[in-house]
Amino acid sequence: MPGLYSSIQDLGRFGFRKYGVPLSGAMDQRAAGMANLLLQNEPNAAVLEITLQGPVLMFQEAAEIVVTGADLSPVLDGEKLFNNHTVPVKEGQVLKFGGRISGFRAYVGIKNGFQSPKILKSRSWCKGVTPHHRMEKGMEIPFLKGDISASEKFSTVRSDAYLTSEVIEAFPGPEFELLSASEKERLRKGHFSVGKDSDRMGIRFQEKLQNSLAPIITGPVLPGTVQLTPSGVMISLMRDGQTTGGYPRILQITEEGMDILAQKLPGEELYIKLVNYL
Amino acid sequence: MQEFPKISRMGERAILLQFEPEISEKVLKKVLAYQKILQEKILKEGVEVINTYNSLLITYNTAIEITYDGFLQLKEELERTKIQDNFKSHLFHIPVCYDQKFGIDLQEISQAKELQIREIIGLHSTALYTVYFTGFLPGFLYLGGLPEELHFSRREHPRLEVPKGAVGIGEKQTGIYPQKSPGGWNIIGNSPVPLFDPYLDPPCEIKAGDKMRFYEVSLEEHQEILEVVEKGEFKFRKEEYDG
Repeated sequence: MPGLYSSIQDLGRFGFRKYGVPLSGAMDQRAAGMANLLLQNEPNAAVLEITLQGPVLMFQEAAEIVVTGADLSPVLDGEKLFNNHTVPVKEGQVLKFGGRISGFRAYVGIKNGFQSPKILKSRSWCKGVTPHHRMEKGMEIPFLKGDISASEKFSTVRSDAYLTSEVIEAFPGPEFELLSASEKERLRKGHFSVGKDSDRMGIRFQEKLQNSLAPIITGPVLPGTVQLTPSGVMISLMRDGQTTGGYPRILQITEEGMDILAQKLPGEELYIKLVNYL
Repeated sequence: MQEFPKISRMGERAILLQFEPEISEKVLKKVLAYQKILQEKILKEGVEVINTYNSLLITYNTAIEITYDGFLQLKEELERTKIQDNFKSHLFHIPVCYDQKFGIDLQEISQAKELQIREIIGLHSTALYTVYFTGFLPGFLYLGGLPEELHFSRREHPRLEVPKGAVGIGEKQTGIYPQKSPGGWNIIGNSPVPLFDPYLDPPCEIKAGDKMRFYEVSLEEHQEILEVVEKGEFKFRKEEYDG
Protein backbone atom coordinates (compact mmCIF):
# COMPACT_ATOMS: atom_id res chain seq x y z
CA MET A 1 0.00 0.00 0.00
CA PRO A 2 1.40 3.39 -0.99
CA GLY A 3 0.00 5.64 1.77
CA LEU A 4 -1.42 9.10 1.20
CA TYR A 5 1.58 10.57 -0.59
CA SER A 6 4.97 8.92 -0.34
CA SER A 7 8.03 9.76 -2.40
CA ILE A 8 11.79 9.27 -2.50
CA GLN A 9 13.73 12.44 -1.70
CA ASP A 10 17.30 13.52 -1.10
CA LEU A 11 18.59 17.05 -0.47
CA GLY A 12 17.34 18.18 -3.87
CA ARG A 13 18.13 18.65 -7.53
CA PHE A 14 20.61 21.47 -7.40
CA GLY A 15 21.86 23.31 -10.48
CA PHE A 16 18.98 22.79 -12.92
CA ARG A 17 16.68 25.64 -11.95
CA LYS A 18 17.82 27.55 -15.03
CA TYR A 19 15.95 24.94 -17.07
CA GLY A 20 12.81 25.44 -15.00
CA VAL A 21 13.45 22.31 -12.92
CA PRO A 22 12.18 22.58 -9.32
CA LEU A 23 14.70 22.10 -6.53
CA SER A 24 12.75 19.22 -4.91
CA GLY A 25 14.23 17.34 -1.94
CA ALA A 26 12.83 16.50 1.48
CA MET A 27 10.15 18.94 2.70
CA ASP A 28 11.57 18.66 6.22
CA GLN A 29 15.30 18.71 5.56
CA ARG A 30 16.09 18.52 9.24
CA ALA A 31 14.26 15.22 9.72
CA ALA A 32 15.76 13.74 6.53
CA GLY A 33 19.20 14.87 7.70
CA MET A 34 18.64 13.30 11.12
CA ALA A 35 17.78 9.96 9.49
CA ASN A 36 21.02 9.95 7.50
CA LEU A 37 23.07 11.12 10.46
CA LEU A 38 21.81 8.28 12.66
CA LEU A 39 22.50 5.72 9.93
CA GLN A 40 25.94 7.26 9.27
CA ASN A 41 24.93 7.82 5.66
CA GLU A 42 26.17 10.64 3.51
CA PRO A 43 23.88 13.71 3.98
CA ASN A 44 22.46 13.45 0.46
CA ALA A 45 21.37 9.80 0.79
CA ALA A 46 17.80 9.27 -0.41
CA VAL A 47 15.06 8.73 2.16
CA LEU A 48 11.37 7.91 1.86
CA GLU A 49 9.12 10.87 2.69
CA ILE A 50 5.66 9.87 3.86
CA THR A 51 2.68 12.09 4.48
CA LEU A 52 0.18 11.63 7.34
CA GLN A 53 -0.94 8.13 6.34
CA GLY A 54 2.03 5.90 5.90
CA PRO A 55 2.52 3.10 3.41
CA VAL A 56 2.89 -0.61 4.16
CA LEU A 57 6.42 -1.63 3.27
CA MET A 58 7.74 -5.18 2.98
CA PHE A 59 11.52 -5.56 3.10
CA GLN A 60 12.76 -8.11 0.59
CA GLU A 61 16.26 -8.03 2.09
CA ALA A 62 17.64 -7.41 5.56
CA ALA A 63 18.25 -3.73 6.24
CA GLU A 64 18.96 -1.13 8.87
CA ILE A 65 16.38 1.64 9.05
CA VAL A 66 15.29 4.62 11.10
CA VAL A 67 12.08 6.67 11.18
CA THR A 68 12.33 10.42 11.81
CA GLY A 69 10.14 13.53 11.55
CA ALA A 70 6.44 13.17 12.28
CA ASP A 71 5.41 10.49 14.77
CA LEU A 72 2.96 8.39 12.77
CA SER A 73 3.13 5.38 15.12
CA PRO A 74 5.49 3.14 13.12
CA VAL A 75 5.18 -0.59 13.75
CA LEU A 76 7.55 -3.34 12.54
CA ASP A 77 5.86 -6.75 12.45
CA GLY A 78 3.52 -5.70 15.21
CA GLU A 79 6.23 -4.22 17.39
CA LYS A 80 6.18 -0.50 18.11
CA LEU A 81 9.15 1.48 16.83
CA PHE A 82 10.52 4.68 18.28
CA ASN A 83 11.39 7.63 16.07
CA ASN A 84 15.08 8.50 15.87
CA HIS A 85 16.19 4.95 16.85
CA THR A 86 17.93 2.84 14.23
CA VAL A 87 16.60 -0.68 14.00
CA PRO A 88 17.71 -3.80 12.14
CA VAL A 89 15.05 -5.28 9.85
CA LYS A 90 14.99 -8.92 8.76
CA GLU A 91 14.08 -10.08 5.29
CA GLY A 92 10.29 -10.35 4.97
CA GLN A 93 9.43 -7.99 7.84
CA VAL A 94 6.67 -5.46 7.33
CA LEU A 95 6.73 -1.79 8.36
CA LYS A 96 3.36 -0.11 8.90
CA PHE A 97 2.16 3.16 10.31
CA GLY A 98 -0.77 3.89 12.60
CA GLY A 99 -2.31 7.04 14.04
CA ARG A 100 -0.63 10.40 13.94
CA ILE A 101 0.87 11.58 17.22
CA SER A 102 2.71 14.67 15.98
CA GLY A 103 3.79 16.34 12.76
CA PHE A 104 2.69 15.68 9.17
CA ARG A 105 5.65 14.16 7.32
CA ALA A 106 7.79 11.23 8.47
CA TYR A 107 10.97 9.91 6.90
CA VAL A 108 12.21 6.36 6.55
CA GLY A 109 15.97 6.31 6.23
CA ILE A 110 17.83 3.17 5.21
CA LYS A 111 21.52 2.25 5.51
CA ASN A 112 23.31 3.61 2.36
CA GLY A 113 20.11 5.31 1.17
CA PHE A 114 17.42 4.19 -1.29
CA GLN A 115 18.85 3.58 -4.75
CA SER A 116 16.14 4.82 -7.12
CA PRO A 117 17.84 6.15 -10.28
CA LYS A 118 19.63 9.48 -10.28
CA ILE A 119 18.08 11.84 -12.80
CA LEU A 120 19.77 15.21 -13.30
CA LYS A 121 22.10 14.33 -10.41
CA SER A 122 19.37 13.72 -7.84
CA ARG A 123 17.21 10.80 -6.73
CA SER A 124 14.37 13.10 -5.65
CA TRP A 125 11.07 12.28 -7.29
CA CYS A 126 9.32 15.19 -8.99
CA LYS A 127 6.39 15.37 -11.38
CA GLY A 128 7.50 16.12 -14.93
CA VAL A 129 11.11 15.26 -14.19
CA THR A 130 11.26 11.67 -12.91
CA PRO A 131 9.23 8.66 -14.15
CA HIS A 132 7.31 8.48 -10.85
CA HIS A 133 6.39 11.26 -8.49
CA ARG A 134 4.58 9.28 -5.81
CA MET A 135 4.64 5.73 -4.55
CA GLU A 136 2.12 3.35 -6.01
CA LYS A 137 0.88 -0.05 -4.87
CA GLY A 138 3.25 -2.87 -5.75
CA MET A 139 6.21 -0.61 -6.48
CA GLU A 140 9.66 -1.91 -5.60
CA ILE A 141 12.31 0.51 -4.37
CA PRO A 142 15.91 -0.72 -4.47
CA PHE A 143 18.41 -0.37 -1.64
CA LEU A 144 21.91 -1.72 -1.20
CA LYS A 145 22.26 -4.83 0.87
CA GLY A 146 25.17 -4.05 3.11
CA ASP A 147 26.70 -4.71 6.48
CA ILE A 148 24.12 -4.20 9.10
CA SER A 149 25.45 -2.73 12.24
CA ALA A 150 24.56 -4.64 15.37
CA SER A 151 24.54 -1.60 17.60
CA GLU A 152 21.38 0.38 17.89
CA LYS A 153 21.89 4.14 17.46
CA PHE A 154 19.55 6.78 18.66
CA SER A 155 19.38 10.46 19.23
CA THR A 156 19.62 11.23 22.94
CA VAL A 157 18.80 14.88 22.34
CA ARG A 158 15.12 15.61 22.47
CA SER A 159 15.15 17.26 19.05
CA ASP A 160 11.56 17.05 17.89
CA ALA A 161 10.18 20.15 19.64
CA TYR A 162 10.06 21.92 16.26
CA LEU A 163 7.31 19.52 15.18
CA THR A 164 4.85 21.37 17.39
CA SER A 165 6.28 24.88 17.02
CA GLU A 166 3.72 27.47 15.92
CA VAL A 167 6.22 30.12 14.92
CA ILE A 168 7.46 30.39 11.35
CA GLU A 169 10.32 32.85 10.90
CA ALA A 170 10.46 34.79 7.67
CA PHE A 171 12.57 37.53 6.11
CA PRO A 172 10.87 40.37 4.23
CA GLY A 173 10.58 39.38 0.56
CA PRO A 174 11.61 41.57 -2.39
CA GLU A 175 8.15 43.22 -2.56
CA PHE A 176 7.47 43.37 1.20
CA GLU A 177 8.02 47.12 1.39
CA LEU A 178 5.22 47.70 -1.13
CA LEU A 179 2.63 46.36 1.32
CA SER A 180 0.53 48.94 3.18
CA ALA A 181 1.22 49.58 6.86
CA SER A 182 -1.95 47.75 7.88
CA GLU A 183 -1.09 44.72 5.79
CA LYS A 184 2.39 44.59 7.30
CA GLU A 185 0.83 44.84 10.74
CA ARG A 186 -1.52 41.98 9.97
CA LEU A 187 1.42 39.83 8.89
CA ARG A 188 3.19 40.61 12.15
CA LYS A 189 0.27 40.18 14.49
CA GLY A 190 -2.09 37.81 12.81
CA HIS A 191 -2.35 34.06 13.03
CA PHE A 192 -2.51 32.00 9.89
CA SER A 193 -3.36 28.41 9.15
CA VAL A 194 -2.43 25.92 6.48
CA GLY A 195 -5.07 25.55 3.77
CA LYS A 196 -6.32 22.30 2.25
CA ASP A 197 -4.91 22.80 -1.26
CA SER A 198 -1.36 22.41 -0.04
CA ASP A 199 1.23 19.98 -1.31
CA ARG A 200 4.92 19.65 -2.13
CA MET A 201 4.60 22.47 -4.68
CA GLY A 202 3.08 25.05 -2.39
CA ILE A 203 1.33 25.64 0.93
CA ARG A 204 -1.63 28.00 0.86
CA PHE A 205 -2.65 29.92 3.92
CA GLN A 206 -6.37 30.04 4.72
CA GLU A 207 -6.42 33.66 5.87
CA LYS A 208 -6.18 36.32 3.18
CA LEU A 209 -4.46 39.69 3.08
CA GLN A 210 -5.87 42.67 1.29
CA ASN A 211 -3.89 42.93 -1.89
CA SER A 212 -3.48 46.31 -3.50
CA LEU A 213 -0.22 45.44 -5.24
CA ALA A 214 0.20 45.23 -8.98
CA PRO A 215 1.67 42.04 -10.44
CA ILE A 216 5.44 42.15 -10.91
CA ILE A 217 7.49 41.40 -14.00
CA THR A 218 7.94 37.63 -13.70
CA GLY A 219 10.99 37.10 -11.50
CA PRO A 220 12.89 34.38 -9.64
CA VAL A 221 11.26 32.56 -6.73
CA LEU A 222 12.56 29.92 -4.31
CA PRO A 223 11.18 27.32 -1.95
CA GLY A 224 9.98 29.43 0.98
CA THR A 225 9.04 32.44 -1.15
CA VAL A 226 5.56 33.60 -0.08
CA GLN A 227 3.61 34.99 -3.03
CA LEU A 228 0.53 37.17 -2.71
CA THR A 229 -2.05 36.36 -5.39
CA PRO A 230 -4.46 39.00 -6.81
CA SER A 231 -7.25 37.61 -4.61
CA GLY A 232 -5.08 38.06 -1.49
CA VAL A 233 -4.15 34.43 -0.95
CA MET A 234 -0.67 33.84 0.43
CA ILE A 235 1.10 30.85 -1.09
CA SER A 236 4.42 29.65 0.22
CA LEU A 237 6.26 27.84 -2.54
CA MET A 238 7.63 24.54 -1.29
CA ARG A 239 10.31 22.14 -2.55
CA ASP A 240 8.61 21.20 -5.84
CA GLY A 241 7.55 24.80 -6.49
CA GLN A 242 8.08 26.57 -9.80
CA THR A 243 11.30 28.51 -10.40
CA THR A 244 9.78 31.85 -11.51
CA GLY A 245 6.59 33.72 -10.70
CA GLY A 246 4.71 36.94 -11.39
CA TYR A 247 3.03 37.55 -8.01
CA PRO A 248 4.56 39.92 -5.45
CA ARG A 249 7.03 38.07 -3.21
CA ILE A 250 6.19 39.37 0.24
CA LEU A 251 8.12 36.97 2.48
CA GLN A 252 11.00 34.53 2.35
CA ILE A 253 10.58 31.83 4.99
CA THR A 254 13.77 30.69 6.74
CA GLU A 255 15.13 27.18 6.17
CA GLU A 256 14.11 26.26 9.72
CA GLY A 257 10.68 27.80 9.14
CA MET A 258 10.26 25.61 6.05
CA ASP A 259 10.91 22.47 8.11
CA ILE A 260 8.31 23.58 10.68
CA LEU A 261 5.79 24.46 7.96
CA ALA A 262 6.30 21.07 6.28
CA GLN A 263 5.09 19.46 9.52
CA LYS A 264 1.79 21.37 9.75
CA LEU A 265 -1.54 19.68 9.17
CA PRO A 266 -4.18 21.52 7.13
CA GLY A 267 -6.03 23.77 9.58
CA GLU A 268 -3.20 24.01 12.10
CA GLU A 269 -2.47 27.53 13.31
CA LEU A 270 0.81 29.33 13.03
CA TYR A 271 2.33 32.75 13.55
CA ILE A 272 4.74 34.55 11.30
CA LYS A 273 7.72 36.12 12.99
CA LEU A 274 9.43 38.68 10.80
CA VAL A 275 13.20 38.59 11.10
CA ASN A 276 15.81 40.78 9.49
CA TYR A 277 19.12 40.02 7.90
CA LEU A 278 22.09 40.54 10.17
CA MET B 1 27.21 54.47 -7.86
CA GLN B 2 24.59 53.28 -10.35
CA GLU B 3 21.09 52.58 -9.10
CA PHE B 4 20.94 49.19 -10.85
CA PRO B 5 21.43 46.41 -10.19
CA LYS B 6 19.85 46.52 -6.76
CA ILE B 7 21.45 43.79 -4.68
CA SER B 8 19.59 42.19 -1.80
CA ARG B 9 19.43 38.94 0.05
CA MET B 10 16.62 36.50 -0.55
CA GLY B 11 16.59 34.10 2.37
CA GLU B 12 19.62 32.26 3.70
CA ARG B 13 20.80 30.80 0.44
CA ALA B 14 20.25 33.37 -2.27
CA ILE B 15 21.19 36.85 -3.45
CA LEU B 16 18.87 38.76 -5.78
CA LEU B 17 20.11 41.27 -8.36
CA GLN B 18 17.35 43.46 -9.81
CA PHE B 19 17.91 45.50 -12.96
CA GLU B 20 15.72 48.16 -14.61
CA PRO B 21 12.08 47.01 -14.31
CA GLU B 22 11.35 46.54 -17.98
CA ILE B 23 11.07 43.75 -20.51
CA SER B 24 13.56 44.62 -23.23
CA GLU B 25 16.45 43.11 -25.12
CA LYS B 26 18.66 45.86 -23.77
CA VAL B 27 18.04 44.80 -20.18
CA LEU B 28 18.26 41.10 -21.10
CA LYS B 29 21.71 41.61 -22.63
CA LYS B 30 22.90 43.35 -19.50
CA VAL B 31 21.44 40.61 -17.28
CA LEU B 32 23.07 37.84 -19.33
CA ALA B 33 26.42 39.64 -19.46
CA TYR B 34 26.42 40.00 -15.65
CA GLN B 35 25.41 36.35 -15.31
CA LYS B 36 28.42 35.31 -17.40
CA ILE B 37 30.81 37.45 -15.36
CA LEU B 38 29.41 36.15 -12.08
CA GLN B 39 29.67 32.53 -13.13
CA GLU B 40 33.04 32.71 -14.83
CA LYS B 41 34.94 35.18 -12.70
CA ILE B 42 33.38 35.79 -9.33
CA LEU B 43 31.51 32.80 -8.00
CA LYS B 44 32.77 29.32 -7.25
CA GLU B 45 31.73 26.43 -9.39
CA GLY B 46 28.47 24.92 -8.25
CA VAL B 47 26.84 28.22 -7.32
CA GLU B 48 23.79 28.61 -9.53
CA VAL B 49 22.81 31.88 -11.20
CA ILE B 50 19.41 31.96 -12.90
CA ASN B 51 18.03 34.84 -14.92
CA THR B 52 14.59 36.22 -15.64
CA TYR B 53 13.64 39.34 -17.65
CA ASN B 54 15.36 41.79 -15.31
CA SER B 55 16.75 39.73 -12.42
CA LEU B 56 19.53 37.37 -11.51
CA LEU B 57 19.27 35.02 -8.57
CA ILE B 58 22.50 33.64 -7.15
CA THR B 59 21.66 30.46 -5.28
CA TYR B 60 23.96 28.52 -3.01
CA ASN B 61 23.50 24.86 -2.26
CA THR B 62 24.01 25.52 1.43
CA ALA B 63 24.55 28.91 3.00
CA ILE B 64 25.56 32.14 1.29
CA GLU B 65 29.31 32.52 1.17
CA ILE B 66 29.32 36.25 0.59
CA THR B 67 28.95 38.57 3.56
CA TYR B 68 27.05 41.82 3.33
CA ASP B 69 30.30 43.76 2.81
CA GLY B 70 30.97 41.39 -0.02
CA PHE B 71 27.82 42.73 -1.68
CA LEU B 72 29.33 46.16 -2.13
CA GLN B 73 32.49 44.64 -3.54
CA LEU B 74 30.38 42.54 -5.87
CA LYS B 75 28.57 45.64 -7.04
CA GLU B 76 31.78 47.60 -7.59
CA GLU B 77 33.33 44.73 -9.46
CA LEU B 78 30.29 44.40 -11.71
CA GLU B 79 30.30 48.11 -12.42
CA ARG B 80 33.94 48.06 -13.45
CA THR B 81 33.30 45.31 -15.95
CA LYS B 82 32.68 46.29 -19.54
CA ILE B 83 29.54 44.73 -20.90
CA GLN B 84 29.76 43.32 -24.38
CA ASP B 85 26.82 44.47 -26.37
CA ASN B 86 26.66 41.67 -28.86
CA PHE B 87 27.03 38.03 -28.05
CA LYS B 88 26.80 34.84 -29.99
CA SER B 89 23.62 32.85 -29.78
CA HIS B 90 21.60 30.49 -31.95
CA LEU B 91 18.52 30.94 -34.08
CA PHE B 92 16.23 27.91 -33.79
CA HIS B 93 13.62 27.03 -36.42
CA ILE B 94 10.67 25.42 -34.67
CA PRO B 95 7.95 23.50 -36.55
CA VAL B 96 4.35 24.22 -35.55
CA CYS B 97 1.21 22.55 -36.89
CA TYR B 98 -1.57 25.16 -36.86
CA ASP B 99 -4.24 22.68 -38.03
CA GLN B 100 -7.53 23.18 -36.20
CA LYS B 101 -7.11 19.75 -34.65
CA PHE B 102 -4.48 21.45 -32.46
CA GLY B 103 -5.31 25.15 -32.85
CA ILE B 104 -8.53 24.93 -30.86
CA ASP B 105 -8.69 28.67 -30.10
CA LEU B 106 -7.76 29.98 -33.57
CA GLN B 107 -11.40 30.53 -34.50
CA GLU B 108 -12.06 32.57 -31.37
CA ILE B 109 -8.98 34.77 -31.86
CA SER B 110 -9.87 35.18 -35.54
CA GLN B 111 -13.33 36.52 -34.65
CA ALA B 112 -12.23 38.70 -31.77
CA LYS B 113 -9.30 40.25 -33.62
CA GLU B 114 -11.00 40.36 -37.04
CA LEU B 115 -8.08 38.53 -38.59
CA GLN B 116 -8.23 35.60 -40.99
CA ILE B 117 -6.78 32.39 -39.54
CA ARG B 118 -4.19 32.47 -42.36
CA GLU B 119 -3.18 35.97 -41.24
CA ILE B 120 -2.77 34.83 -37.63
CA ILE B 121 -0.57 31.93 -38.77
CA GLY B 122 1.38 34.25 -41.06
CA LEU B 123 2.06 36.77 -38.30
CA HIS B 124 2.93 34.13 -35.73
CA SER B 125 5.35 32.28 -38.00
CA THR B 126 7.24 35.24 -39.45
CA ALA B 127 8.10 37.05 -36.22
CA LEU B 128 11.57 36.67 -34.72
CA TYR B 129 11.34 35.77 -31.05
CA THR B 130 13.88 36.22 -28.26
CA VAL B 131 14.25 33.63 -25.52
CA TYR B 132 14.35 35.54 -22.24
CA PHE B 133 14.56 32.63 -19.81
CA THR B 134 13.20 29.21 -18.86
CA GLY B 135 10.79 29.01 -15.95
CA PHE B 136 7.32 27.99 -14.74
CA LEU B 137 7.72 24.37 -15.91
CA PRO B 138 10.86 22.42 -16.91
CA GLY B 139 11.65 23.57 -20.47
CA PHE B 140 9.05 26.36 -20.63
CA LEU B 141 10.60 29.23 -22.61
CA TYR B 142 9.57 32.82 -21.98
CA LEU B 143 9.58 34.43 -25.44
CA GLY B 144 9.47 38.07 -26.40
CA GLY B 145 8.54 39.41 -29.81
CA LEU B 146 4.89 38.44 -30.34
CA PRO B 147 3.46 40.90 -32.94
CA GLU B 148 1.07 43.35 -31.32
CA GLU B 149 -1.78 42.27 -33.62
CA LEU B 150 -1.71 38.90 -31.84
CA HIS B 151 -1.76 40.14 -28.25
CA PHE B 152 -4.80 38.45 -26.71
CA SER B 153 -5.97 38.08 -23.10
CA ARG B 154 -5.67 34.80 -21.23
CA ARG B 155 -8.71 32.55 -21.05
CA GLU B 156 -11.14 33.45 -18.31
CA HIS B 157 -11.29 29.84 -17.20
CA PRO B 158 -7.91 28.13 -17.51
CA ARG B 159 -8.03 24.61 -18.92
CA LEU B 160 -7.25 21.83 -16.47
CA GLU B 161 -5.20 20.10 -19.11
CA VAL B 162 -3.31 21.47 -22.08
CA PRO B 163 -1.47 18.84 -24.15
CA LYS B 164 2.31 18.58 -24.45
CA GLY B 165 3.60 20.73 -27.30
CA ALA B 166 0.60 23.09 -27.30
CA VAL B 167 1.52 26.52 -28.69
CA GLY B 168 -0.34 29.31 -26.95
CA ILE B 169 -0.87 33.04 -26.74
CA GLY B 170 -1.39 34.82 -23.41
CA GLU B 171 -1.39 38.62 -23.29
CA LYS B 172 1.87 39.76 -24.93
CA GLN B 173 3.48 36.36 -24.82
CA THR B 174 3.60 33.21 -26.87
CA GLY B 175 5.10 29.88 -25.86
CA ILE B 176 5.07 26.11 -26.04
CA TYR B 177 3.87 23.90 -23.18
CA PRO B 178 6.79 21.46 -22.76
CA GLN B 179 4.59 18.93 -21.00
CA LYS B 180 0.93 18.28 -20.28
CA SER B 181 -0.22 20.83 -17.69
CA PRO B 182 -3.06 23.12 -16.67
CA GLY B 183 -2.97 26.29 -18.74
CA GLY B 184 -4.72 29.59 -19.32
CA TRP B 185 -3.31 30.54 -22.71
CA ASN B 186 -5.21 30.39 -26.00
CA ILE B 187 -4.02 27.43 -28.03
CA ILE B 188 -3.22 28.04 -31.69
CA GLY B 189 -1.17 24.98 -32.65
CA ASN B 190 1.21 22.25 -31.56
CA SER B 191 4.94 21.74 -31.88
CA PRO B 192 6.38 18.21 -31.85
CA VAL B 193 9.89 19.24 -30.76
CA PRO B 194 11.31 18.06 -27.42
CA LEU B 195 11.97 21.07 -25.18
CA PHE B 196 12.99 19.18 -22.05
CA ASP B 197 14.64 15.79 -21.67
CA PRO B 198 15.65 14.89 -18.10
CA TYR B 199 17.93 12.13 -19.40
CA LEU B 200 20.17 14.66 -21.18
CA ASP B 201 22.57 17.10 -19.52
CA PRO B 202 21.83 19.87 -20.28
CA PRO B 203 18.15 18.86 -20.43
CA CYS B 204 17.24 21.86 -22.61
CA GLU B 205 19.06 22.88 -25.76
CA ILE B 206 17.44 26.31 -26.21
CA LYS B 207 18.53 28.90 -23.66
CA ALA B 208 18.23 32.54 -22.65
CA GLY B 209 19.51 34.89 -25.36
CA ASP B 210 18.74 32.51 -28.23
CA LYS B 211 16.36 33.46 -31.05
CA MET B 212 13.44 31.47 -32.35
CA ARG B 213 11.27 31.43 -35.44
CA PHE B 214 8.26 29.17 -36.06
CA TYR B 215 7.50 27.52 -39.40
CA GLU B 216 4.25 25.87 -40.40
CA VAL B 217 4.02 22.09 -40.88
CA SER B 218 1.09 19.87 -41.92
CA LEU B 219 -0.53 17.24 -39.71
CA GLU B 220 1.46 14.56 -41.58
CA GLU B 221 4.77 16.36 -41.12
CA HIS B 222 3.94 16.93 -37.43
CA GLN B 223 3.40 13.18 -37.04
CA GLU B 224 6.64 12.38 -38.89
CA ILE B 225 8.67 14.67 -36.61
CA LEU B 226 7.02 13.09 -33.55
CA GLU B 227 8.17 9.68 -34.75
CA VAL B 228 11.74 10.94 -35.20
CA VAL B 229 11.59 12.38 -31.67
CA GLU B 230 10.35 9.09 -30.26
CA LYS B 231 13.26 7.24 -31.89
CA GLY B 232 15.59 9.71 -30.18
CA GLU B 233 16.93 10.93 -33.52
CA PHE B 234 15.54 14.45 -33.53
CA LYS B 235 17.93 17.35 -34.15
CA PHE B 236 16.96 21.01 -33.97
CA ARG B 237 17.33 23.11 -37.14
CA LYS B 238 19.53 25.93 -35.95
CA GLU B 239 22.14 28.39 -37.11
CA GLU B 240 24.55 30.78 -35.42
CA TYR B 241 23.18 34.21 -34.75
CA ASP B 242 24.98 37.45 -33.99
CA GLY B 243 22.77 39.68 -31.92
